[in-house]
Amino acid sequence: MSVTKEQVQERVVEALASFGPDADTITPSATFEELDIDSLDLVELAQIVEDEYGVVLKGDDMKELKTVGEAVDLITARAA
Amino acid sequence: MSDAAWPPAGCALVTGASRGIGAAIARALAADGWPVGVNYNASAAPAEQLVAEIEAAGGRAFAIGANVTDPGAPDHVFEALEQHFGVPVLALVNNAGITRDNLSPSLTDEEWDAVIDTNLTAVFRFTRRALKGMMRARTGRIVNLASVSGLRANPGQSNYAAAKAGLIQFTRTAAVEVARRGVTINAVAPGWIETDMTADVDRALLDAVPAKRAGTPAEVAACVGFLVSAQASYVTGAVLTVDGGLGA
Repeated sequence: MSVTKEQVQERVVEALASFGPDADTITPSATFEELDIDSLDLVELAQIVEDEYGVVLKGDDMKELKTVGEAVDLITARAA
Repeated sequence: MSDAAWPPAGCALVTGASRGIGAAIARALAADGWPVGVNYNASAAPAEQLVAEIEAAGGRAFAIGANVTDPGAPDHVFEALEQHFGVPVLALVNNAGITRDNLSPSLTDEEWDAVIDTNLTAVFRFTRRALKGMMRARTGRIVNLASVSGLRANPGQSNYAAAKAGLIQFTRTAAVEVARRGVTINAVAPGWIETDMTADVDRALLDAVPAKRAGTPAEVAACVGFLVSAQASYVTGAVLTVDGGLGA
């Protein structure tokens, strides 16, 4: 299964929006800290990504991620 | 803020439900409208009989065999239930438990490991599996069966006490972690309850119970039923003792 960066971006924004922030604030350069996305939210995002793209993101992977764009890039790369 | 529709579109799983407290919990949840997964390890016949009894009373139940200490058991059981009932597991009661009583100086590695594996590690693994779906659903109920032995010393049960005390603190910590997802995790700590597990206990010990009698599985099940209900939506990280005053 191959997914485009745009598809991943759309899914990540949708998932993050379900955690609280307005969808229009979830830009690639937005940091999780700015969006008030915490570690539990990232755990849930990792589960969604694993279920839907078969990409396993470990705790160490998630710790390195600071922005939405970094998450999208990592997921896209791993899903390829 | 209790949910309008309850039970939600999910099913319940009770581990170790073929007899004793687990069977009473399965009956109570089925009576409250939950489709109930009746997990058993060795006792298939009583589990099937319980399912038939629940169905005869107008409820829905499904017997599912698995040793909870098997690392693959959570996936196996959850997938089987979700396939059978067509809805996710939104209520989990970690009830399966064993005792291997012995005084600490002579407690064997096997007795220690068996009790920790069943009463603590399996609870963690089933809870972890349940949280995946519950967090996504933004609702869920987990009730872990602790024991009065997890709160106060009971000579001869250091392995059981360590597991149950660990279960209590696991319950509290996990509850806090997921509270804002609408998922509650609580523990129920029974005292002396009339089951096969307590059949060999010296009756004279009942004198220490302020109520001067043993409790029944139904009395424990009623408390679990409350914690699983919509009414308990703001109760999380709690330990509810059901012990006739023994721990008071």
